[in-house]
Amino acid sequence: MTIALQMKQITKKFAGVTALDHVSLSVKEGEIHALCGENGAGKSTLMKVLSGLYPFGTYEGDIYIRENKQCFRSIKDAEHAGIAIIYQELALVKQMTLAENLFIGNERAKSGIIDTTQSYHEAQKWLSTVGLGKLHPEQTVEDLGIGEQQLVEIAKALAKDASILILDEPTAALTEKESRILLNILGQLKKRGVSSIYISHKLSEVTSIADTVTVLRDGKTVTTCPIAHTTEPEIIHHMVGRELDQRFPKIKIPAQDVVLKIRHLSVWRQKKQLLHDLSFQVHHGEILGIAGLMGSGRSELALHLFGAHNGKQTGQVLFNGQVVQFKHPAEAIRAGLALVTEDRKKTGLILNQSILKNLSLAHLAHLAKWQWVDENREIQESYSFIEKLKIKSRTFEDPVATLSGGNQQKVVLGKWMMTQPQVLILDEPTRGVDVGAKYELYQQMNQLVKEGIAIIMISSELPEIIGMSDRIMVMAEGRKMAEFETDEATPERIMQAATGGKVS
Amino acid sequence: MISNRFKLDLRAYSMITAIIVIWTLFAILDPNFLTIRNLSNLLVQMSVTSILAIGMVLIIVTGNIDLSVGSLVGLTGGIAAILQVWYGWHTIPVILLTLLIGAMIGFIQGWWIAYRAVPAFIVTLGGMLIFRGVLTGITKSQTIAPLDESFKLIGQGYLIPIFGYFIAALASILILLIMIKRRKNRIRYAFTSTSQSMTYLIWFLICISIFAFVFFINQYQGVPIPFMAVIFLACIFTFIAKKTVFGRQVYAIGGNPEAAFLSGIPIKKRILTVFILGNTLAAIAGLILTARVNAATVSAGTMYELDAIAACVIGGTSLMGGVGTITGAIIGALVMASLDNGMSLMNIDSFWQLIVKGSILILAVWFDIYSQRKTA
Repeated sequence: MTIALQMKQITKKFAGVTALDHVSLSVKEGEIHALCGENGAGKSTLMKVLSGLYPFGTYEGDIYIRENKQCFRSIKDAEHAGIAIIYQELALVKQMTLAENLFIGNERAKSGIIDTTQSYHEAQKWLSTVGLGKLHPEQTVEDLGIGEQQLVEIAKALAKDASILILDEPTAALTEKESRILLNILGQLKKRGVSSIYISHKLSEVTSIADTVTVLRDGKTVTTCPIAHTTEPEIIHHMVGRELDQRFPKIKIPAQDVVLKIRHLSVWRQKKQLLHDLSFQVHHGEILGIAGLMGSGRSELALHLFGAHNGKQTGQVLFNGQVVQFKHPAEAIRAGLALVTEDRKKTGLILNQSILKNLSLAHLAHLAKWQWVDENREIQESYSFIEKLKIKSRTFEDPVATLSGGNQQKVVLGKWMMTQPQVLILDEPTRGVDVGAKYELYQQMNQLVKEGIAIIMISSELPEIIGMSDRIMVMAEGRKMAEFETDEATPERIMQAATGGKVS
Repeated sequence: MISNRFKLDLRAYSMITAIIVIWTLFAILDPNFLTIRNLSNLLVQMSVTSILAIGMVLIIVTGNIDLSVGSLVGLTGGIAAILQVWYGWHTIPVILLTLLIGAMIGFIQGWWIAYRAVPAFIVTLGGMLIFRGVLTGITKSQTIAPLDESFKLIGQGYLIPIFGYFIAALASILILLIMIKRRKNRIRYAFTSTSQSMTYLIWFLICISIFAFVFFINQYQGVPIPFMAVIFLACIFTFIAKKTVFGRQVYAIGGNPEAAFLSGIPIKKRILTVFILGNTLAAIAGLILTARVNAATVSAGTMYELDAIAACVIGGTSLMGGVGTITGAIIGALVMASLDNGMSLMNIDSFWQLIVKGSILILAVWFDIYSQRKTA
């Protein structure tokens, strides 16, 4: 078989952080090549390099397609070379017809006027290729299910003469039946010589469909081998196989009273059930780690507890023995909850405002007399957190946008520490944070736990979960899959529970 | 790295430069422009737009817009005139009821926007049509005039010269106290701060400017009352914007609504309040306009919303929300009013005035984007 694609020694850095470190990937013609790794291992970054989203020159290394060197300056360039990426979030225009969607940016037209007959004719052909022959090209996309939409995306890619498809978690939102159809179609495309790069956390799918698997970890290639020569546990081992070293300054303090107790909690957003019958509790002075893969419902749980969700709920949340259901984050904050969200830039910080204003934001009413902000107190209190957290900046009037990721995260943490919470929920607290700042954040967590604060730490980094938690809960698809004491937890067991396997 | 404070100053300086350029140009082209009489007129002319712009800044900062304030100026002015001319009400109750109506309309519009999630553009576009319609209906398309002397004072009156000096002195003392307090705080928290003598020098220069302004304006008739209202409102609203919990939360909402929500800020309440404030200010502007022209007409206030928005934008308010100052908007209003006034003096056709104002608006925003990209 000929080599369809080769990526050689790709290195990509973001503001000093190495996301990809001499990664190589080679895909044969008509092959399904699985790409596995934990969240943040570098899979998406690698695919963004390949699809031209990160243009040539912003990374080191070479890309070859059928032995021709490529310099993609844009997604369009990559498409011309036959590479098509199918995102998790579908990029279809819901109000437009199937035919219109298939040829978006690639319209079948004569001197600028759409040739409708030609469009419909070709659309029908591509739809049959992906097993949607029963649909009419004139239908609008909004009438289709998610699975069918996913297939339309593939048809759209094929209509652009794509010979290499990149599928990023294509089955994440699909039902079992839809997944089978999709995998089946990929198998048929393979016979036509189309190569697929298949990114998935569902290892059972990977082992059943892929020919070859490449595992990434911490931005490096760990292994590439034919699927026949490996097993699911072995892949897991490669994904997580890291020594747990002295990076985690964990302290343990004796168990105290329960502060938060969740009983049979189920939550819906509109018709969709996000959380299924969750029960767990958190004690004062402990860190409960929540592990799971993307889309496992962990962030939704955090937002729901914090009153930011307002979905339908069954079951109970008890806070210090009282049944609570917060309707607005303001209520949750008043009761003593704090939430450091997953994406500090999108939901944590007011980027154009100063460090000072960001720190005091959630606590402002307490720093004011008759609505008049006491700026002396504001500065005093904020300054104590700047010192405590060692936030590095020229002055605290600098906009937070100018800070490094680690310092930004410290500002978010400081903001919530200022509200003196009893329960602090941390969603991916060290994502995009350099090693030094990570260590400082862990020390801060220890300090908080010593003060009797309960911490719920959501993290996709297994070493961090194992290194810092007292207990670990594993979630998948909105359900609690397992709960471990830290000393019985291993990366393999957590990964197995998170990928939906039985816990051994 | 340039701090935020300095960047704002840079913008303020460039706008003041723009005003000086515009004034010099008009002064050369028409000797009447720089007379005290004309400058006094200019201050009166800018007052309505300025007051609308003060409210508009807060609305735009939350990421919304208010297209209805022009019609609202007409409607509230019309109501005030009807109460006084047709029903013989005294001036004080007329003012109070008009302000109350402005606040109520703000409540209704704000409620649709915040609690019913109808985009502000649509609600206030609807409001723009509705209020103009109501005005035409209740006035039966007539011009309502004349108003009482006491009412006319709001738009045409002047402070007696002595009183002007008194207020200047009061302002000087207040500024001194604020400057000393700020300096103390900045030293206490180890900020860079100007030296003591420098502080007094700056204060002295500010005092001189204030007194010089009052002295010159007193050569004509004194400080115009509508301009006094602008200064007074600008101070109050700058204080609200910068020093109160409410103001800080308004800017946070505009800067990042999601982060603001997750920090426990009641976004809907804040947006509702911002519209109540903005529309109450529109009622004040309506009173001043009616008093100034001594009549309420069906077309009063037409297109004023666009002047107000333009003043904000020229003054550095971002339509994306989160950024904008009241001082900037007032200077923006002064730019617009200067252009109107100067070109009218020179008898330039009104179509040219529109063309020039439109072009200045685009250029100002382009310059802003351009200079930001350069410093970034």
